[in-house]
Amino acid sequence: MVAHRLVEALRDRDTGGRWRVTVLAEEPRAPYDRVALTSYFSGRDPESLALGDRALWEHPLVELVRGAPVVAVDRAARTVTGRDGRTWEYDALVLATGSAPFVPPIDGIDRPGVFVYRTVDDVAALRGWVEQLKDQGRQVRGAVIGGGLLGLEAAGALQALDVRTTVLQMGTHLMSAQVDLGGGALLRRLIQARGVAVRVNAVTAQVRPGRAGRGERVGRLDLADGGRLDVDVVVVAAGIAPRDELARAAGLETGPRGGVVVDSSCRTADPRVWAVGEVACLDGACIGLVAPGYAMAEVVADRLLGGSAVFPGADTATKLKLSGVDVASFGDAAPAAPGALEVVYSDPVRGAYAKLVLSDDARTLLGGVLVGDASAYATLRPLVGTQLAGDPAAYVLPGLPEGARPGGDLPDDAAVCSCNNVTAGRVRAAVTQEGCTDVAAVKACTRAGTTCGSCLPLVKKLVGTELAKVGVAVSSALCEHFAMSRRQLFDVVRVSGLRTFSEIVARHGTGRGCDICKPVVASVLATLHHEHVLDGENAALQDTNDHVMANLQKDGSYSVVPRMPGGEVTPEGLIAVGEVARDFGLYTKITGGQRIDLFGARLEQLPDIWRRLVDAGFESGHAYGKAVRTVKSCVGSTWCRFGVQDAVGLAVELELRYRGLRSPHKLKLGVSGCARECAEARAKDVGVIATEKGWNVYVGGNGGFTPRHARLLAEDLDTATLIRTIDRFLMYYVRTADRLQRTAPWIDEVDGGLDGVRAVVLDDRLGIAAELDAAMAEHVSAYRDEWRATLEDPDKLRRFASFVNAPTTPDPSLAYVLERGQRRPARPDERAGARPELALVAGARLEVRS
Amino acid sequence: MRAGTDVSTARAGTGPNTPWIPVCRLADLAPERGAAALVAGEQVALVRTVDDDVHAVDQRDPFSGAHVMSRGIVGSRGAALTLTSPMHKQVFDLRTGECLEAMGREPQALRVWPVRVTCGVVEVRRP
Repeated sequence: MVAHRLVEALRDRDTGGRWRVTVLAEEPRAPYDRVALTSYFSGRDPESLALGDRALWEHPLVELVRGAPVVAVDRAARTVTGRDGRTWEYDALVLATGSAPFVPPIDGIDRPGVFVYRTVDDVAALRGWVEQLKDQGRQVRGAVIGGGLLGLEAAGALQALDVRTTVLQMGTHLMSAQVDLGGGALLRRLIQARGVAVRVNAVTAQVRPGRAGRGERVGRLDLADGGRLDVDVVVVAAGIAPRDELARAAGLETGPRGGVVVDSSCRTADPRVWAVGEVACLDGACIGLVAPGYAMAEVVADRLLGGSAVFPGADTATKLKLSGVDVASFGDAAPAAPGALEVVYSDPVRGAYAKLVLSDDARTLLGGVLVGDASAYATLRPLVGTQLAGDPAAYVLPGLPEGARPGGDLPDDAAVCSCNNVTAGRVRAAVTQEGCTDVAAVKACTRAGTTCGSCLPLVKKLVGTELAKVGVAVSSALCEHFAMSRRQLFDVVRVSGLRTFSEIVARHGTGRGCDICKPVVASVLATLHHEHVLDGENAALQDTNDHVMANLQKDGSYSVVPRMPGGEVTPEGLIAVGEVARDFGLYTKITGGQRIDLFGARLEQLPDIWRRLVDAGFESGHAYGKAVRTVKSCVGSTWCRFGVQDAVGLAVELELRYRGLRSPHKLKLGVSGCARECAEARAKDVGVIATEKGWNVYVGGNGGFTPRHARLLAEDLDTATLIRTIDRFLMYYVRTADRLQRTAPWIDEVDGGLDGVRAVVLDDRLGIAAELDAAMAEHVSAYRDEWRATLEDPDKLRRFASFVNAPTTPDPSLAYVLERGQRRPARPDERAGARPELALVAGARLEVRS
Repeated sequence: MRAGTDVSTARAGTGPNTPWIPVCRLADLAPERGAAALVAGEQVALVRTVDDDVHAVDQRDPFSGAHVMSRGIVGSRGAALTLTSPMHKQVFDLRTGECLEAMGREPQALRVWPVRVTCGVVEVRRP
């Protein structure tokens, strides 16, 4: 990778053609992206790991010789010799030989089934081994020796192959090079929660074969503490050792722990020989990260062309992307500076740990560690070495909106992308001086965000800010058919009184519409006119979920959620739901919104299922819609000895009031009966918490990709005032938010933010309160259960035919297996019969009366 | 339910001159929306546009492998008439099957089936 960067940089700058470059590559392929190696497991082919523009290798002054390991360097004759005896002459020689995996001298470590994790070939061999074991129908057990960055990546890769994996870490905690003990402990819990076992202080003493008859292949590991572990595959990720053997043989000085000694220009004692990347030993240490390697490549390219660049020092910031677990460290995370201070935030419940290391006056950021939630990484990393504005804790506390975090105005020299050494100033210049008008153009122009991508949110923010400064309007057009935002479209439809999509697009848009604008118009019409989703032209506008009033699942079947207001359900209701699930063979699971989700319903079964549910007194739960979903509640003063108000009663009242309300995104509400907040109401778009005097109402809590806590809108309201306040808040949001904009970012964008919302909702600053109240009253009185209405209308029922020419024939491609006593969709390998122990359950097996 | 022509057991040949297979009446299809059909054991998505043209493509979404294309939203991108997969919103040209928006994945095309309407009956032919 580093060699590739060097050639790229040289060809970029050597416009006069001074240098002809020959790249002698050990592997039989062009340089590729090792950082993304693990993605090879998720089905990407090796080709997609290729680095940069292929045309580089077609350049007349570049020659790439693949599969040509060099065996000797003759510095006197200025030649290198390949394994096949060929020799090449040089004027300058750059060693970019990287590292080899360090394999500790453990007895039996060379057994079949023990792998390293460095090259595409390593990964392919590992995958082949595991798949061959899986073909025998066994649960494969694996161990990773080493709990560093690479070891955790390897563990993730093994897990992706369905291997039951244990990580063996010699030291006291995971990722000990980057993360401190506290962060390591949380990391361990998060990794274990993902199903990977972790043992620390685990020293492998011997690699032994399995039971007799299995040959020499690995079968178990004996640990120094007397423990043992049965395994079918082992990955050694115990560190790396620089590949300095050529340099050593050529008489070049090597470092105390290996590596070719170079000065700050990356030059060895021989002025014609350079070393870059992991093999280069600078100030007594080698650095196993790609970003410093790239920086070295740039230095050497500059020097070869007569420049005087020096290596600026390593940015050893790291961000681990082991699916689902975020870990980042940057700057000086293990404080060495005398008097350095630490700010530690630890929340074991939320699964987040953050530590900032600050100078002795608590102002300058020296480094930090983030575990569980690395969302502050992009903001903090560029600030290393600068003075923080405001309270350091504000940078790592949860629940702060991205925009509210300090540090929006980065100095021009702050590094934004450390992989490619791009500063904030460079990103700004791309917009202001080079005419880039979007993030894609800035990426192409500066290479920011093209390696690991972790800085992209920051790049996006910088680009947006600069564009706004130079007066480029960021388009708010919904799609190519409507040159207006959802809010504008809502007003246009409301004022014009138009009631069909074809009229609206003919009058206010162009073309025939698409998957973006059609559902938006359907939602707007539903809010304004309360028509059934399948009435007239409306039906064709809906996403499949709204079209069949169920939630599409991965195999094309649907899930069904009956409404259970406030999470309350009678035993008879529960039995009825259970009987439906049993009779139709539906996978059953409790949702986070306190109701029951029934999975695996086929399109043509939906009316039959709903006839049973409606007969039992249930109605649509609108789980499929961008609509009000649930009002979650705790049991409140009805039963709880701490409750101060009737939380369930209020939750039921609210859910029955707002059920069916269509909105720009899904809406969730919560009611807690006391300040203990068992209903987690502050995670909801509208959260109500009981007080001795009445109700506090919080707004803008969101889960999902960008979680936010709700903020206090009003205190100690009586029930009537509370309901009026929520009526107005919801209707104001539904009318003015953008497409797919949740309540938290919507509040941020309302003029005046939360105070602005309060002024409209409580003080009627815009004079629209009466209108909002009337709109909500109309919604409440016009509500009808969509499913009951559908069952009563033969025209609507026609939409539930599986095939137009075979209306009740099940989709023949559906296949299920039993797991923990319930059906789930069969995976491709199970369809192919690769796991004989799992019997396929036919999709049509569970037929019932229709 | 309503009358349809059950052709799921009809035999169909292969090659360019395979026979036309009647599937349903044009009136069975709702305008601007797809419907699935079972044709000689294969699943086809039929789309009737507002001007009563009928298009037919594979029901199988090549990205997810699920048989759901008929449940996508019909629309346009520039001059192209489009069908969007309901699974992960990839957009296909209904006339050519070409993938116009792959949502960051490697583009994969939909197979297009020849289709005609004769005396109000929709007929398709194996591609």
